Amino acid sequence: MRKLNIIAVSFMLFVWGTAKAELVVSNWDGYSPADIMETFEATTGFKGEMSFHATNEEIMGKVVASKGAGYDVLFVSSPFAEALNELGLLATINHSKIPNMKNLDSWSMNLDFDLGNQFQVPYAWGTTGICYRSDLVSEAPTSWNHLLNPPLDLHGKVTMLSTDRWLLSAGMLSLGFSVNETDPAKLGMVKDVLISAKQNLLSYDDTTFYSKLVSGEAAMAHAWDGWCNYATWENPDVKFVVPSEGSDLWVDTMVILRGSENMDAAHAFINYILDENIGAWTIENILYKTPNKVAMEKTIPGLVDSFPNMGYSAQYLSSMETLKDVGDATKLYATTVADILAD
Amino acid sequence: MKKIYLSLIFCFLYIPILTLITLSFNKSGLPTSWGGFSISWYFDLFDNQKIFKALLNTIIVAFFSTAIAGLLGTLLAMGMELKKSNKYVEATAFIPMIIPDIVMAISLLSFFTLLQFTLGLHSIIISHVVFNTAFVCAVVRTRFKYFDHNVIEASYDLGGKHVITFIKITLPIILPGVIAGSLLAFTLSFDEFIIAFFTSGAGSSSTTLPMLIYSMIRFGVTPEINALSTFIILFSFIIVFISQRAVKGKLLI
Amino acid sequence: MLKNRLILPGLIWISLFLLIPCVIVFTYSFFERGVYGGIEYSFNLDNYARSFKWTYFKILLTSGQIAFLAAFISVVIGFPAAYCITKANPKYQILLLFFMMLPFWSNYLIRTYSWMVLLNNQGLINNLLIYIGLIDEPIRLLYTKFSVVVGLIYNYLPFVILSIFASLSSMNKEIIEASEDLGGSFFDNLFRVIIPLSLPGILAGFIFVFVLSIGNFITPDLLGGGKFLMIGNLIYDQFLSARDWPFGASLSLILVTIMLSLLFIQSLILTRKKL
Repeated sequence: MRKLNIIAVSFMLFVWGTAKAELVVSNWDGYSPADIMETFEATTGFKGEMSFHATNEEIMGKVVASKGAGYDVLFVSSPFAEALNELGLLATINHSKIPNMKNLDSWSMNLDFDLGNQFQVPYAWGTTGICYRSDLVSEAPTSWNHLLNPPLDLHGKVTMLSTDRWLLSAGMLSLGFSVNETDPAKLGMVKDVLISAKQNLLSYDDTTFYSKLVSGEAAMAHAWDGWCNYATWENPDVKFVVPSEGSDLWVDTMVILRGSENMDAAHAFINYILDENIGAWTIENILYKTPNKVAMEKTIPGLVDSFPNMGYSAQYLSSMETLKDVGDATKLYATTVADILAD
Repeated sequence: MKKIYLSLIFCFLYIPILTLITLSFNKSGLPTSWGGFSISWYFDLFDNQKIFKALLNTIIVAFFSTAIAGLLGTLLAMGMELKKSNKYVEATAFIPMIIPDIVMAISLLSFFTLLQFTLGLHSIIISHVVFNTAFVCAVVRTRFKYFDHNVIEASYDLGGKHVITFIKITLPIILPGVIAGSLLAFTLSFDEFIIAFFTSGAGSSSTTLPMLIYSMIRFGVTPEINALSTFIILFSFIIVFISQRAVKGKLLI
Repeated sequence: MLKNRLILPGLIWISLFLLIPCVIVFTYSFFERGVYGGIEYSFNLDNYARSFKWTYFKILLTSGQIAFLAAFISVVIGFPAAYCITKANPKYQILLLFFMMLPFWSNYLIRTYSWMVLLNNQGLINNLLIYIGLIDEPIRLLYTKFSVVVGLIYNYLPFVILSIFASLSSMNKEIIEASEDLGGSFFDNLFRVIIPLSLPGILAGFIFVFVLSIGNFITPDLLGGGKFLMIGNLIYDQFLSARDWPFGASLSLILVTIMLSLLFIQSLILTRKKL
């Protein structure tokens, strides 16, 4: 009798735990409207579920280890989309199933890591720079060196991004190198610059730096432009600048996994996301720019006064270098970062 | 004297909790600046279906993995202690604790993928049992160090069968270890993120609370989560209070 | 025999769901990372050669130092607490244990954020110290080794208390009381009877905190400000950021080997102390 109960419970667990929805999308929580799967179903009839991941690296790890089992659409940043494609895990995007592609800015259709949007569709984009409290710095920063070598009164009041690609790119750009640099000698120079920069840092911070700027614990932060807006929202003295040496273009993209059994639903979902209203939601709620030019035209005029970086044009953004997967040099990057952080 | 020391320890344990409870009433979404008193986060919380689904999933996973691990770990401890154990068994019982989480997570996922095993809550439970068993075993074993084996011999001599001996003689002696180990296992499982993330199926039916909370890290963890933690703590507190009343303090130690 | 039947279920579960998967991953350590993160099956020992770099040794030392401090202080603080609970009214012991674990059913991330609020320059602790006049200006408490150790102690202290309690409670109470009845100073009692009795629990607790701390990657990240790379972060980075499973596997194998040797030492201590 007991045994039967155990089997019954196990079966229920099994069914509960593996209840399959039609479409499974993985995204960062809060990156799309909370009710998106319901409105998607209401509009297109396709049922779906949103799953969440905390970082690009984690969903990459999971998808690579499981060969994408169970997932249909992923929201990942561009270097990861590129790597997934090289690993053969992505499906080719069928543009004929995504009429809303026409909403996308033409500049976003020819990004150098995926000309013609063959394996990914961009969702949001922006650049990286210095987010700072204009009232706490004696002069506004204009160069990456202001971040890496701050004046004495700002020692211990500067944060840098901790994700390896951006951590390194600050050093690379300050020395005039490419953000996809692979020459070991040059990376050695980058390492030295970043080791000496570390002495002046408050911390490496990807997630709470904007609250530090608001509270004044930090005066300058290495930041993504969209995130800087959260600080500006709370304190209008917070401003953003793209350093004179230039910066990178980061793109958050949507990809479809090759093993997906719901191709139609997946394409319909991407199409739905590219709708101008969803684009507008992203702009107004996340304060990120999107390549959805129709949505941008609708919403930017109301925002650009408070958040000047929302006014960066698509042409300007696409002139920046995108982070690409550097293949074998990834090991060198990992070693360099370990050397910097262990110092 | 003892009371003072214990109170100090409890202060240490609860001050961050009081901080997080206070911040759940913070009008501003930031954890570092107080923006005024507000209970709006609690309203947001109770509207949030997916959080409660994740909470339920977490409780299911923690409960079942603790139950299974409690059994396996106790048996393992008994087997290792009642007769002299060899070093391979010792190592096997120890390895789940020392393997870095990410290695366990990726190995298990690769293994499950190789076997084409469908993932879901059950795969999380299976994975959690692995490390929970090791912890329960380690704690229960401490009860055996000064265990008088003659008592078991005596029970057999007097005609007791294995199961009876276990229930009437061994179990009462090791019970504090089993309870302590299970409490530990439940807590470990309840708040475990990385293994759960990797071994879960895709989809909200196998999303646990830690997975959900960590996924909010990119766009800021709002005081809604503080409200949730407050709710969980308060709820557990009330449950224990009620069950204490019901049992009227008849807990066996 | 009976012993075999008892240990079998646990052993089989662990072997099937941990040892076998891990062996598979550890074999990757003998191969190369593929260009985009897969595995290139060409046998070599490069990963192990790479592991013996000074940087990684430094990381291991830092992690060991922090983990040891956390474990040691946890035991020193936790032992008296467990002892007090053992002496408490039996009716309330489980309650006390339960209330001790309760804070840890909140979320790890939130608790860590709370510590960040408490330890930062405008936080409670600095304000308190200034108020009572101990210091004039806020001192840097956050983003230091200190804050990492405090965070680790906080999250793992209950583990120590639970395991020492398990070792010390009731059955052994009679031995403790007997020893107290026989006279002798408090310290005599402590060092000759109580501590030896609870040694298994103390060692188990110490090991829990040590192993959990050394593999932890969230606390050094948030409370250390990412400035102290610990072994947990390093291995996590290899598997996820660098997608270099072979190297990550070799680092993990080295770590596991070191820890197993420590286990061996621990069991030597225990067998020598058996009554």
